[in-house]
Amino acid sequence: MKLKKSTLQNLITYAIVIAAFAVCQAMISSGSMSRALRGQMIPICVYIVMAVSLNLVVGISGELSLGHAGFMSIGAFTGAIVSAWLLGAVQMENALLRLLIAMLAGGVLAGVAGFLIGIPVLRLRGDYLAIVTLAFGEIIRNILNCLYFSLEGKRLYVSFNNPSIPGKILVNGPAGATGIVKIASFPVGFALILFTLIVVLNLIDSRTGRAIMASRDNRIAAESMGISVTKYKMIAFVTAAVLAGMAGALYGLNFSTVAASKFKFDTSILVLVFVVLGGIGNIRGSIIAAALLTVLPELLRAFSDYRMLVYAIVLILVMLATNNEHLSTLLGKLMPGKKKGEEVNG
Amino acid sequence: MAEKFVKGKMVPLPTSAIIPERDLDKAPILECRHLGIDFGGLKAVDDFNLIIGRTEIAGLIGPNGAGKTTVFNLLTKVYQPTRGIIMLDGYDTAGKTTEQINRMGIARTFQNIRLFDNLSVEDNVKIGLHNQEPYSVATGILRLPKYWRQEKAAHERALELLSIFDMQDLADSRAGSLPYGAQRRLEIVRALATNPSLLLLDEPAAGMNPSETEELMEHIVRIRDTFQIAVLLIEHDMRLVMGICEGICVLNFGRIIAKGTSEEIQANPVVIEAYLGRKKEG
Repeated sequence: MKLKKSTLQNLITYAIVIAAFAVCQAMISSGSMSRALRGQMIPICVYIVMAVSLNLVVGISGELSLGHAGFMSIGAFTGAIVSAWLLGAVQMENALLRLLIAMLAGGVLAGVAGFLIGIPVLRLRGDYLAIVTLAFGEIIRNILNCLYFSLEGKRLYVSFNNPSIPGKILVNGPAGATGIVKIASFPVGFALILFTLIVVLNLIDSRTGRAIMASRDNRIAAESMGISVTKYKMIAFVTAAVLAGMAGALYGLNFSTVAASKFKFDTSILVLVFVVLGGIGNIRGSIIAAALLTVLPELLRAFSDYRMLVYAIVLILVMLATNNEHLSTLLGKLMPGKKKGEEVNG
Repeated sequence: MAEKFVKGKMVPLPTSAIIPERDLDKAPILECRHLGIDFGGLKAVDDFNLIIGRTEIAGLIGPNGAGKTTVFNLLTKVYQPTRGIIMLDGYDTAGKTTEQINRMGIARTFQNIRLFDNLSVEDNVKIGLHNQEPYSVATGILRLPKYWRQEKAAHERALELLSIFDMQDLADSRAGSLPYGAQRRLEIVRALATNPSLLLLDEPAAGMNPSETEELMEHIVRIRDTFQIAVLLIEHDMRLVMGICEGICVLNFGRIIAKGTSEEIQANPVVIEAYLGRKKEG
């Protein structure tokens, strides 16, 4: 059977990710990776998943969402609470199982939030949608800022704006989730990336994906073809929220404390920068951009005070370079797999 | 303007008059009664009555701004009508959305082409097949056997439909990169993919040269014969309209001013006046 062009491209993406994991894993086990970089491995996985899932909304579904960090924070807090509850109340000692359940719970809750937010948001278009997603992202963060969770025996206590609850505090309002047992691991992060890729790439290359892209390209034409535009925009939005929630859970369980202030507007924008820099609608580009730009600040440590300045200049240079026609045709020649604009005449 | 359309001046023709003989014993596919829409104070379309037979090719003509495309937008519920009833295949379409109308059996093309430019020609047709080869979201993500079966069926069906216009070789091209005429043809194929019983064509021959138009006319008749569907088309090219339309409806200022066969329309003084203006008297 002849391979479809998109299938081949997808296989290349999988190969790049698996190869990168193998190299990193080898470097970690041989001890040749610096400590700072080793600490970055799980955040890299998290940001790759965040960028790929946001690309599903921004690139494939064509809606600018500025509240992606909100879903990540829901995942992070849910993950922290669930894993603490599993350890404390259910006495589940297996860290891997606890991590997986925490990620699943984070994904589900973020998905529910995505659905609820999607109902009003997806009625809007363009800039208005962007502004309202931004607002919802901030609302989520502010609610999390006021939440208190505690565990006493098998009982889970919740309170809003009232820190006086019995037992061991799990989530302490503005201070965030505290006393997290760090159970995130790099192989699980890699598995999450693979899972995300399978979900997103298979979704794009299916009936659903075509309907999502049709709604993006021409709403009226899509409706005239019998496609329920709102339903497919919702599928893209909720899928992205679930993946962001899972990434958030992994992120939260990688630190001993996670505060809601970690998931500010800046984080949403950072992820959007990965998506735009990697190419809107280009999943492989998102992966590479997320990985490189997460490592870059570490590599720029030598510039100390001027780190963010250099970071900004690098961003501008990459933007200029990727938008340069001569350079992109040159790259197209070097990489035969890269998409070229085909013109058909006659 | 209003007194131009006093009732006595209009040519009253029974609405069933333009149904071709072979369809007379079957219920009509489309029936509009007193259809109308207002934009603010403007009655863009008013008292629009039309019946289209099962396998009829009908034409909707009229000067620019007469409201022809508005009628299409009413039929597909891009606009919700202010007044009147649209019955499709005996079912009332009140309160339906555009996508539900498509599932009920009306497919359309657009005056200003609306293809999914960034997708391939084949994907454009597959989007038309969206409700024909269905499977769930989970089936698509998990790549269950049903996915492969349905995708294979969609692929084969898409090529089959493209072969109507000999476009199967262009299947992998980007839709936006096709020449103008091919884009128009692709829109027709995409509309056909939704398995309609009524096909609305909005100026299918716009921008085509005479030989392309000739070819298109043959294609439209062949599509009708193969799929056994009704076609309603808006067109300014009178050769096409007079050549293939069995019933013609003339619209001016949002109202029907004449209905009938091509001979009747060509001889109708009201139509001639609408197109060419009135002869100065004295």
